[in-house]
Order: sequence, then C-alpha cells, then structure tokens
Amino acid sequence: MINLTLNGLSISVEKGTTILEAARFYGFPIPTLCHKEGLTPYGACRLCVVEIGKGPGAKLVSSCTYPVEEGMMVRTASERVLRARRMIIELLLASCPQSKTIQDIASRHNVRQQRFRQEHEDCILCGLCVRMCKEQMMAGAIGFRGRGQNRSIGTPFDIRSDVCRLCGGCIEVCPACQARCTYNEPEKAVCGGCANLSPPCIEKEQFHDMMCYMSPCVACEAKK
Amino acid sequence: MDTENILEIIKRSDKNRGAIIAILEEIQATYTYLPEAALRLVAEETGHSLTDIYGVATFYKAFSLKPRGKHCISVCLGTACHVRGAQAIVDEFKYELKIAPGGTTPDNEISLETVNCLGACALGPTVVADGHYFPHVTKGEVREIIARTKEEMEKINTETDDRIFRLPLSCPLCKASLMDPDHPLDGHPSVRIDVSANGRKNPLRLSSLYGSGAVAMEDPVPLNQVSPLFCPHCDEELPSFSICPECGSPMAALLVRAGCAWEICTRRGCRGHLLNLNQINLS
Repeated sequence: MINLTLNGLSISVEKGTTILEAARFYGFPIPTLCHKEGLTPYGACRLCVVEIGKGPGAKLVSSCTYPVEEGMMVRTASERVLRARRMIIELLLASCPQSKTIQDIASRHNVRQQRFRQEHEDCILCGLCVRMCKEQMMAGAIGFRGRGQNRSIGTPFDIRSDVCRLCGGCIEVCPACQARCTYNEPEKAVCGGCANLSPPCIEKEQFHDMMCYMSPCVACEAKK
Repeated sequence: MDTENILEIIKRSDKNRGAIIAILEEIQATYTYLPEAALRLVAEETGHSLTDIYGVATFYKAFSLKPRGKHCISVCLGTACHVRGAQAIVDEFKYELKIAPGGTTPDNEISLETVNCLGACALGPTVVADGHYFPHVTKGEVREIIARTKEEMEKINTETDDRIFRLPLSCPLCKASLMDPDHPLDGHPSVRIDVSANGRKNPLRLSSLYGSGAVAMEDPVPLNQVSPLFCPHCDEELPSFSICPECGSPMAALLVRAGCAWEICTRRGCRGHLLNLNQINLS
C-alpha cells in the first residue's frame, strides 16, 4: 500500500493505482475526455491535470497516466489546476466547437467563451477510437498517421481496411465526431450508419454490405 | 516490386517494434520509396498491425510512400539560410524543375525537397544534391546544380579515374590465366571463375577493374548465400586466406602476378574485397 495526501486527506491505495483512480475512489471528481475504463490510459486531452508536490516544485501532471507515489501531495482542484483546466477546455473548444461532449464539459466548468480562432476540426486526436479498435475490438483498423500538423486518424492508405468489421465502435466512443459522415466516400467508410438513416441513401448499392451500429438500424431493410 | 527480396530483408531483421524502422529503411534504400504491398508484407511478417507500420512510415520524414526520383535535391530553409534568401532558391528550383517541394519530376529523375536545417548555417543558402553540398548558392547557380545532378556526380569514370586499375588474374593453384576476353565487363576482359551453388557449378564473371564490383553470372546465386569459388581449369576450390572485413564471410584469393592476391568475399551481394600484398604461401 502507498500512503499519500489527496487534497489534504491522508489516504493509502494499492501500488500501481493512478492518481485519477485514487481520486475517483475517494470521491474527488476529475473531468476526463480521453479516458475510458477498459482502454489503456493515453493522456492526450490533459483535461485530468492535477497538481503534485508543494511550493515552487509543484507541477501539473495528467492524473490518468501518473501512478501514485509514496508521500505524494496531490491537489485536484487548486487555483492553478482550475486555471489550466479552463485553458485546456478553451483550446479544445476552439478546435471542435461543434462537439456536444466538449460543450458539456465547458459548461460544467463555467467556460462561456473562448479566445482562440475556431478551427472546426472533427478530431481532437484523443486516440479513443484507435484504442477502442485495437484493444476492445481486436481489429487495429485505424491508427495515427503523420506527424505534427498533419497528424490524423484513419485507415492505412485511406482505403477501406481489411480488418475493419464496420462495428462502429470508433464512432461510438468519439467525443468530437459524433456525426462524422462517410456517406460521400464509401470506400473510406468505417460505419455507414448515417447512410442508412434516410430513405434515399438506402437505394445506393455501395452501402448494401454495411452494418449500422445505430438503432434502429435499417441496413436490413436495404437488403429487401 | 520483388516479394522475395522484401521477405529476405524482413527475415534478416528482428520482429520487435523497434526493428520496424530498420526494415522500412532497408526497403526504402532498395526501392527509393515504400510500396504499399511492401508495407502490407511487413505487417504480415512481423505480426504488427498495418496501422502501426503505416503510422511509422508516415511519421518520419525520411520515409516516402511515393516513388522518389533517382536524384534528390534538398534546399535548406533553416533560419540562417532563410534570411539569406533560400526561399528565392526554392522558387528558382520550382521554376526550373516545374515541381513543388516534395515532388518528383515526371521522368522520375529528380526529387525536390526542403529541409529545416542542415547544420551548415555558415555556408547558407545551402543546397544538397545527392550528398554533395553546394554552399552560398545563388539563383544563377540553380540551373548548373540541376545539370550536374543529372550527370550523376557519383558515377566513376573507369577511363580516367586513377582509383580504378585493371588487374590480370590467374588461379593461385594451377597458375592458369582466368582472363576471358570473349565476355568483356566494364569494357575489359572479365575474370572467369566457377561458383558452386544450387547443387552445381556455374560460370561467374567478375570485372577485372579493381573496385568496380561488377559481376555477371548465368545462374544467379541467391542473395547473401556464401558459396565456394572454383578455378575452371584445375577445378580446385580457390584458397581462402582472410575473412571479409565487411561481413566476416570467408574470402577467396585470386593470384595477381608475382604472388600477391586479390581477395573477394564469397557472400553474394557483399562487395568486400582487398589486395593482399603479402606473398601468399600455398603450402
């Protein structure tokens, strides 16, 4: 067991626990975006920042990837943490203003506006879908590609992957692209669900072998 | 693309995650780019998912998924080169080659690239063409650099280069001449020996120019196979005095007049060779 101080409370947790798990166990809320139980922590969104250490040596770390240490002092809601978290929310909002998930988080943290130019991206590169596909669906059909400004998520060569089963798991977990529609490019599709929703699309032959994760799924009707 | 060749490259390397870069580098060195089929093969053989391989291949700027030209011209756009007008040099290259940075001319001759710093800031603006540095490049020199690049700076002229010389060779055992004037290589009589591979002996012809490394054979020996070499006259195996300094395989000795030996590596594909000036002792 490892003893640490969490928001002034002396606690002891098992070795190997992350700060996030410990804080949630003791009832201190930490917002997360790229963290999901059942998937390996990735630390991409930085929303779960907490402050560790004291005095001038205190630093901000992402709690979802930081394992607890003996004698560690953690503050989950200090002034510095809240300021940093609000800034992160503003940045996320700037890149994906249309995301319901991010809007909800912003409203919960009283972020009413953001100061940056809006990008209207449909991806925040949190890696949830990549981990979902690899770890839960055992497919590994999508992954990160490129670097820096050109980093994106998708299938290799931007063509339909052989290992993709069109399960829709990636879209299910995505906080940014709930409606990323591949209707126009069926050869790149990872879902096809949207194409099945409106009757005119059902007529289109290229969607016949697609399965829809959405309910009600009308893919079967298209077969008739 | 040659599937066998790529399988060979993969077989030679480790299969762990860290070895992916080494495998891709070797494939890129062979084909100047990473063909899609090669990436699929690497994924299949190493057991990593294609997304992992593709992620690595697109992450590093050294890898290219599009065929590259035979020659590569890189223009430095680092801070020092930039303030000295490197952008104008890039524009001039774009105008002369009619391609954008990152592109390749339609005849597959030249690829144009910009790099962020070559570390030769005092020489700026710097241009590197096939490994040759051109310092303080002006717009007027661009055309000349392109012309010199096309002429293949690496090419060695066998007529005028005095690093290349011709050696008449004979068998160290029976002393019979191995020169074969009927099958010239590099414009000179070749050296005819026999190689034992695939269960039989086949003729193998080497360039008699020291350092050329040109080889011709009727029945190609698989790459990297170490095969014994024989004299076609006395049918004895050529003696070995050294191991190859490049790869450690045994070398075979050929007699150069007055008892010194030209030793060549017996591993197919290895260019290891040396001139042994000690008197060879056959007893």
